[in-house]
Amino acid sequence: MSKIWVYAEVHEGKLDPAALELLTKARDLGDTEAVVLGAGAKEAATTLGEYGASVVHASEDTTYDDYIAQPHAHALNELISQHSPDLILFPNTYDARDIAGRLSAKTGSTLMGNATDVLSVDKAQTAIFGGTQLVDVDLEGSPKLVLVRPKSFEPSASGGSATVQDVTVDLPEDVKKAKRVERHEEQSSGPKLDAAAVVVSGGRGLQEPDNFKLLDELASLLGGAVGATRAVVDAGWVPYAMQIGQTGITVKPGVYIAVGISGATQHMVGMKGAKKIIAINKDEEAPIFSIADIGVVGDALKIVPQLIEEVKNRKG
Amino acid sequence: MNIVVCVKHIPDPNVPPEMDGDRLKRQGVQGVLDPGDEFGVEAALQLKEANGGEVTLVSMGPEAAREAVTRGLSMGADKGILISDDALAGADALVTARVLAAAIKRNEFDLVIAGVESTDGYTGTMPGTLAEFLGVPQVTFVKTVESVDGSTAKVDRQTATGYHVVECSLPAVLTVTAGVNEPRYASFKGIMAAKKKPLEQVSLGDLGLSGDDVAIKQKIAQITPAEERKAGEVFEDDGTGAAKIADFLKEAKVI
Repeated sequence: MSKIWVYAEVHEGKLDPAALELLTKARDLGDTEAVVLGAGAKEAATTLGEYGASVVHASEDTTYDDYIAQPHAHALNELISQHSPDLILFPNTYDARDIAGRLSAKTGSTLMGNATDVLSVDKAQTAIFGGTQLVDVDLEGSPKLVLVRPKSFEPSASGGSATVQDVTVDLPEDVKKAKRVERHEEQSSGPKLDAAAVVVSGGRGLQEPDNFKLLDELASLLGGAVGATRAVVDAGWVPYAMQIGQTGITVKPGVYIAVGISGATQHMVGMKGAKKIIAINKDEEAPIFSIADIGVVGDALKIVPQLIEEVKNRKG
Repeated sequence: MNIVVCVKHIPDPNVPPEMDGDRLKRQGVQGVLDPGDEFGVEAALQLKEANGGEVTLVSMGPEAAREAVTRGLSMGADKGILISDDALAGADALVTARVLAAAIKRNEFDLVIAGVESTDGYTGTMPGTLAEFLGVPQVTFVKTVESVDGSTAKVDRQTATGYHVVECSLPAVLTVTAGVNEPRYASFKGIMAAKKKPLEQVSLGDLGLSGDDVAIKQKIAQITPAEERKAGEVFEDDGTGAAKIADFLKEAKVI
């Protein structure tokens, strides 16, 4: 039986749920274990056990919280030599990308990025060209390393419990070179973007930052959250926490309303899993219309205020 | 301060991509400097203007990639290195990082700057692998460079919910987001000057690497079309667009 590891993240003491998606998949592929490093690891181990990890390699050492990537890659490399897993699944997060990237150099395994499915212990799948083509890749190396896009699998508990094994790897000074000295949160109000049933999202077509207020109003009427494209986040219109796409958040809401968004690949991969897609855009050639269930070619700044009124009327 | 910027020559992202067998088609496709890399070049130029030193561009790619390096030189970088070798066609991120590291290591450096991810491959893992091969720390997703002195960089790094301020000893690898600066245009003077700047072309042998070092091990098993998401009704707004969307929302039980 193959040994599959899931790399689980803790942020500010809390388990990132992406690991639960990966564990759910890993259970189908072999014996499943997890690695979790940083404050909150022991508490996280309980949840990881409930989702199928038989063993959780855990460390509460806050060095893992304070320093970027190097301590984690160092510890994983040590753990690999002790336990010889066949495959390690990482969530495609900012930190895990860095860690897996470094680990690839240490182990000589080719890291597969952006996986959307893991087909077997030695084969994974990714989607390219805006998700129109699926590519099956034969994985290579020992262990094999795969970064999996969030929301690729639906998490479900298996009702197990894990044995916790303390990670006792010495962390040398030369892995403590990039240190977090301040943490800033930019939380928006309303439901969390990645959990909202309705997402109203805006792009360049809104013309100026102030017009995002229209989306705020529409989203709050629909009980939804507001997202944005990379272009407007980069332009500084809205905070980065609102960015949907390849870099940013992946959403799978019941309804996605794309306002003034042309539909760049970078954006589409983060939202094409929505059940229903509504698009409003001036340009009838915009790629977003190719995946929309209903598309209106027109001026978003005219249509959205009308839509707000229509929604109010129908709500009575 | 010696700053190295990794730049990539990619097929024009405004042209729909095509496959050539199991690889992205690059031959006969108009190439450009990856737009994401312009932010890296700009960040390096600003640091040079503040601290003095030299900006070196390094790229791996076919002969045609000279164009991308030259574009960075015309923005103001001092010199370029192009690693070109037939054995590198189809190289994955591990091989790319190993080769770039070998080229960068030949000289002393304080910073290596790259874009967050390439526009054509967008996995964003190469810089981490590169940093490990160089034996230096990395800070990815840098949206603001607060300060850089001889031994330390202080930067703001994007996170999923905000940003962290990170202090990092040099030398280091940084990746910068598109929000970090406004890349300058290459002036006519810059374009003319670029033609006279050194652009060294090296092969694997020049870097002391062999075919084994760059063997591509990860193989594509198959490519299949994904189940298409069908386009629904698309229509020109005649004043009833908002009402039709509201009906749709009602049907979807959102209202």
